[in-house]
Amino acid sequence: MKGKKPGYDRYAKYGYIFSIPFVIAFLLFSLYPTVYTAVIGFTDLKGLGMTDIHLLTDDLFRNFKTVLSNPSFQGAFKNTVVIWLCNFIPQMLLALLLAAWFTDKRSKVKGQGTFKVLLYMPNIITAATIAILFSGFFGYPMGPVNDLLVRFGFVDKPVELLRNKTVARSVVIFIQTWMWYGSTMITLISGILGISPEIFESAEVDGANRVQTFFYITLPNVKTILLFTLVTSLIGGLNMFDIPKLFQNGGPDNATLTTSLFIYNQAFSGSYMYNRAAAASMVMFIIIAILSAIMFFVMRDKDEVQLRKQIKQQQKEYRMRLKSGKENA
Amino acid sequence: MLKNKENLVMKIIIYVVCIFLAILSVIPFWLMIVNATRSTTEIQQHAISLIPSGYMMNNLKILLGKSFNPAVGFMNSLIISIGATALAVYFSSLTAYAQVAYNWKLRNAFFSFIMVVMMIPAQVTMIGFYQMVYKIHMTNNLAMLIFPAIASPSMVFFMRQYLQPTLSMEIVQSARIDGAKEFMIFNRIVLPIMKPAIATQAIFSFVASWNNLFTPLVLLTDQKRYTMPIMVSLLKGDIYKTEYGSVYMGLTLTVLPLIIVYLLLSKYIIAGVALGGVKG
Repeated sequence: MKGKKPGYDRYAKYGYIFSIPFVIAFLLFSLYPTVYTAVIGFTDLKGLGMTDIHLLTDDLFRNFKTVLSNPSFQGAFKNTVVIWLCNFIPQMLLALLLAAWFTDKRSKVKGQGTFKVLLYMPNIITAATIAILFSGFFGYPMGPVNDLLVRFGFVDKPVELLRNKTVARSVVIFIQTWMWYGSTMITLISGILGISPEIFESAEVDGANRVQTFFYITLPNVKTILLFTLVTSLIGGLNMFDIPKLFQNGGPDNATLTTSLFIYNQAFSGSYMYNRAAAASMVMFIIIAILSAIMFFVMRDKDEVQLRKQIKQQQKEYRMRLKSGKENA
Repeated sequence: MLKNKENLVMKIIIYVVCIFLAILSVIPFWLMIVNATRSTTEIQQHAISLIPSGYMMNNLKILLGKSFNPAVGFMNSLIISIGATALAVYFSSLTAYAQVAYNWKLRNAFFSFIMVVMMIPAQVTMIGFYQMVYKIHMTNNLAMLIFPAIASPSMVFFMRQYLQPTLSMEIVQSARIDGAKEFMIFNRIVLPIMKPAIATQAIFSFVASWNNLFTPLVLLTDQKRYTMPIMVSLLKGDIYKTEYGSVYMGLTLTVLPLIIVYLLLSKYIIAGVALGGVKG
């Protein structure tokens, strides 16, 4: 009774055994906290050191309603999206431009390795450090930026730059862009290098210029990578915490308050409103889960899906042939 | 002729932009390091200078005289980062091997599951995690920052992508014939095959865990358990308000090790980013 593959049954169990540590750790440290967070969102859990939970009896969705109608949360959500958008668009454009330059055979940029190393560097540095460094740069009365402004005569005396909402938000956007365009650029370069060189050669033979080559050949061929970058960046952006927290702690006047910072403030600084923080977390969780699902459908192993389709097709044909064979006989 | 001229102009533009961006990457850190060597008075007179001054030791003394303790932060960060990275790469490799080498019923379902949860960040489930850890009185225990790394879905994903075309089942088969146990085959044969992938993933896992602020900030309340990023956040506090030189010194102390390691490993790191290993 041994099947076609004698090793099949004997070794299959190791697939399960070797996955056990991952599964246990996932259940304990990811799934349980997720479910627990969801449950807390429906309870009255608040106050330092409280752990007893009671489900809300009057209105189960009260926390969610409170959070969603909270102007502070709405503002935080708007900030998060605005900051993400304003950093993602320039970041993407810059990364695309640089990637096109670095991969263009006609310009043959020298010292690419060094440029890549330097442009990527901000990404590796602790975000907490960078946030404090920049808040020092914009310091009042004497930070480097004020020093420059006064020295070059833009202003007569130092200004309290970070009191201005637009300035504070712009600096956060700048830091985010500055930290991430290098990474996006390198991802894009590797995507462009993955395109078959023959396509570029034939475009050159056909007389396509740089701009045409970029829009008609490069861009369509890195679509998947662009989408991957978009979704991962969006998820990262929705969780932005370190920079706004340590740059101006959400200020001035909540101009740089993000949803992550809102959640942190609700739960861990002063008010200990775990229930509301949990409800806000779940709102973000749902948004991110939807984005992940989109990512999942895009990143699925396309070859495998194709293969499965083919197998099904063959089985169908085989059955059809059997059928027609019977009919013929 | 015209084409050549056009090319030259294009080239100049490219180099100007690239050099500008390169300077932009370096200048904040250069200013930081220079200001770390200048006295607070010097900084107050002119906050920008490209030339170091001689107050480095003085700044260091003021810095260490207060609650900032980089040695403690460094050690804690090192313990957490090494522990988490070791667990993450080992168990992710093991899980990936289970995906590639064995034919089990739930294999595809499990892989789909990993892909679905891969993008979900730990932050959105932090309230539940904190409550759980608080209940078992482990809030100041570094283990709570290390063990969750055993389940790193995105790393499993990339390890699997690496292993699938690389692993030859013939080697595994012949090891079996020689009487090797499955677990030993993984440790002795498969892990060495995965070295390049492990190296890349280890670097990113280490950096991510070294730079992580959110989780330690929530869990750790004991000063002796603070990690480097939390130490850094202390520099924002009132006690250093007027000590500009020392603040820059503190920031420099936290950044310098990273920059050195980065420059040493930059080749691998850039190659790793190109693989699409990380994104935030």
